[in-house]
Amino acid sequence: MVTNDADSVVATTDLTKRYGRGERARTAVDRVSMTVRRGEVYGFLGPNGAGKTTTLRMMVGLVRPTAGQVEVLGHPAGASAATTRLGALIEGPGFFPYLSGRDNLRVVARYRGLSDRAADQALDRVDLSARAGDRFKSYSLGMKQRLGVAAALMSEPDVVVLDEPTNGLDPGGMAEMRRLVVHLAAGGQTVLLSSHLLDEVQAICDRVGVIHEGRLLRESTVSDLRGTTSLHVRGTPVEDTLAVAMVIAGEDQVRLDGATVVLDTPAERAPELARRLVEHGVDVHEISRRERSLEEVFFELTATKELEAVQ
Amino acid sequence: MSTLIATRASLRAELLRLRKWPAVWVILAAWLLLTTLFGYVFDYVSYSTGSTTFATDGVGRALLLADLLPAHAPHVLVQGMPMFGGALMMVFGAIVAGNGYGWGTWKTVLTQGPSRTATTLGSLGALTVFIVGTVLASLALCLALSLGVAGLGSQPVVWPAVTDVLTSFGVGLLVLEMWALAGWFLGTLVRGAALSVGFGLVWALVLENLLRGVGTLLSPVEAFTKITPGTGAGSLVGWLVGTGGPDSTPGVLNELGLAAALAVVCSYLVLLPLAALTLMRRRDVA
Repeated sequence: MVTNDADSVVATTDLTKRYGRGERARTAVDRVSMTVRRGEVYGFLGPNGAGKTTTLRMMVGLVRPTAGQVEVLGHPAGASAATTRLGALIEGPGFFPYLSGRDNLRVVARYRGLSDRAADQALDRVDLSARAGDRFKSYSLGMKQRLGVAAALMSEPDVVVLDEPTNGLDPGGMAEMRRLVVHLAAGGQTVLLSSHLLDEVQAICDRVGVIHEGRLLRESTVSDLRGTTSLHVRGTPVEDTLAVAMVIAGEDQVRLDGATVVLDTPAERAPELARRLVEHGVDVHEISRRERSLEEVFFELTATKELEAVQ
Repeated sequence: MSTLIATRASLRAELLRLRKWPAVWVILAAWLLLTTLFGYVFDYVSYSTGSTTFATDGVGRALLLADLLPAHAPHVLVQGMPMFGGALMMVFGAIVAGNGYGWGTWKTVLTQGPSRTATTLGSLGALTVFIVGTVLASLALCLALSLGVAGLGSQPVVWPAVTDVLTSFGVGLLVLEMWALAGWFLGTLVRGAALSVGFGLVWALVLENLLRGVGTLLSPVEAFTKITPGTGAGSLVGWLVGTGGPDSTPGVLNELGLAAALAVVCSYLVLLPLAALTLMRRRDVA
């Protein structure tokens, strides 16, 4: 039985997928328990081969778990009641190469019991109407990706699963995709976004799950994952700067990075810090607020895991 | 979405994509061309020039002409089906199911709402619609060509009996549907078009004939050949059109009686979709 909070739309419990048997067995996903809540943009992070796509495949019912459970909108993954309310783009778009973009979406519309108009609206949404009559095989990688997103969004699903949606897109297309995802969330749709583009995830996701070698290392809000902000101060003399910083933030929260004093303290304390430094006759050259990027956190998490594995 | 509604939705979707697939029309055109050439053109040239072909060797001119007239059209309709028609429809079934794995379209289709059962039934239903259309088009072609021969030879037009047409249509439908389902099953089994087409063609065109040859020496092999799809289809058509000795149409057999041939073909018509459905429901789609 999956036990997660009532607001969850996707919930996995000890989700596991193993390929092969005996000594050749390989665990692609290892006891992953994660929750995607209603209306949020959830970023699913991990390097290539971490198990992101396999996990997503199990969520949409394409792959059967070896162990564990996955529920989507209260139904077992793959059940018709779940997939009708879910839109997915998993590991690149899969369309009939001989059909036009419009006809491909009309095929999808028929599967969903929608009218042809839904296909035209979906094409408009991803700005592909001008090339709608061209065969899918003539599309660029970015256009194929946009068509895949259009198909995933066609029936206004409650949950949208997008696996690397910005693959193949140019910078303009990536920005447009980000706006689209934010727009979906603003409209109340839940978005589960897998990506290895950490800036992209940091910019648009509410919560993230970090997966590495099949295991979910961490699941939390982006801000929690990045931790508190720090203040970086350059002042002379450095010794006085350090002393004042320790008074403000406490000895344990201050460290010296070259000539820069780093305080792990909220940015709101910057004015107080500046005032005290001046009062103590310190020449203040710079006070800046720094946040750890998601990329730094991600590499810390995965590197720690690799180090543990080596030891 | 109930299974019935989902199956209907899947059927509509599959019909759209098959209707717009050039490969489908190429296969249909190839079959109609073969029917035209081997059913009428070669025999008519043979009749009009007095020469013989492998198909007309030893056949009298009057008999040859009679075979080309409308009354005989139900026989011409099915005589090429056990081997050439069947092989082409097997290719059709194999590409319908198999290409979806390479293109990733099964992945798309299976995440749209309809269950795997509904999706499979929809695809098999669309396949069947095209097989029915193929047999109808073949019948129309045979009647049109035979009328043309009657006109060229200034022969009176004697239409075939309705029961003959219906029987021939039914036999053709069973044979082509069986091979198309075999192709769909193979395409699903190997998750690809190329390998399934290759296996299917080698089986239908080569292995079954070789096994029947070996079967004359080894009784277990002979017993096995009695239940192969080619034997069932060939015998069913053989019951309808007869097997005129060693020079009969390739693939047309007299190995089984009507009841046994029907049982073999109908068994495949039940078992092949069931096996394909089981595979579709149980396996992961990458």
